[in-house]
Amino acid sequence: MTDDDRVFKALADPTRRFLLDRLFVRDGRTLTELESELEMTRFGVMKHLKVLEEANLVVARRSGREKLHYLNPVPIRQIHNRWIDKYTEHRVSALLDLKSELESA
Amino acid sequence: MTAMAEPTTTQVYRVYISTSPEAIWDAITKPEWTERYGYQGVSDFDLRVGGKANMKPGAAMRAFAHVPDTVIDGEFLEVDPPRRLKQTWRMLMDPGLADEGFTTLTYEIEPVGEGVTKLTVVHELEHAPRNAHVLAGGIESQGGGGGWAWVLSDLKSVLETGSHMAAG
Repeated sequence: MTDDDRVFKALADPTRRFLLDRLFVRDGRTLTELESELEMTRFGVMKHLKVLEEANLVVARRSGREKLHYLNPVPIRQIHNRWIDKYTEHRVSALLDLKSELESA
Repeated sequence: MTAMAEPTTTQVYRVYISTSPEAIWDAITKPEWTERYGYQGVSDFDLRVGGKANMKPGAAMRAFAHVPDTVIDGEFLEVDPPRRLKQTWRMLMDPGLADEGFTTLTYEIEPVGEGVTKLTVVHELEHAPRNAHVLAGGIESQGGGGGWAWVLSDLKSVLETGSHMAAG
């Protein structure tokens, strides 16, 4: 599996997207905090976090006695660079140019 | 007891790069490397504990008006090549950002096998919400660069392919 495969696989699950959304709102949470927002066993949440860590979308770090989970946007950035910039940006800007040209005419 | 962690203002970024720890160390410390990716600043470092950890504007930045001679200032707290670099960090490009004062930045470099090295950036941003916003990519649409995720993606691209991706 490539790095991109792991990212897309990790994102293809609503629970894992929910976890990322929670970390986006407030970063650096413990498993206990994340678990409290889901109707799921601790083990289930751990499994989802592991998939997110393997995709490098979540980085877990020790802070004293606690393990804190951080959202890591770098893999999404790389996909953005590869797919959005490379293949669509010039087309999007061409459409925007067309739009402004038509609207100003 | 339910141990609830204090809300953190720390940002953590991680990227895996197909290169050696030494190459990453050079890319984050040597001026000829730092001006090739991200904000393209030119490092002005004295690589020892207590030494200066400043950045000067690169060619791209100097094109803007009112750019100071030093865009980031700070001091090294730990220097352990090619594994760990920790410094204080203050952005001087804008008075509103500079007023938030010094934050703490750590680079951790760790080989993970098969020629791949893991780079983790930990930026502690207590009492620095405006800097946190900029570093999370919050002013990218206004041409302010995409923060750490953008810088690290670009660093990976430069080290792996020799060319950078970031738009000017």
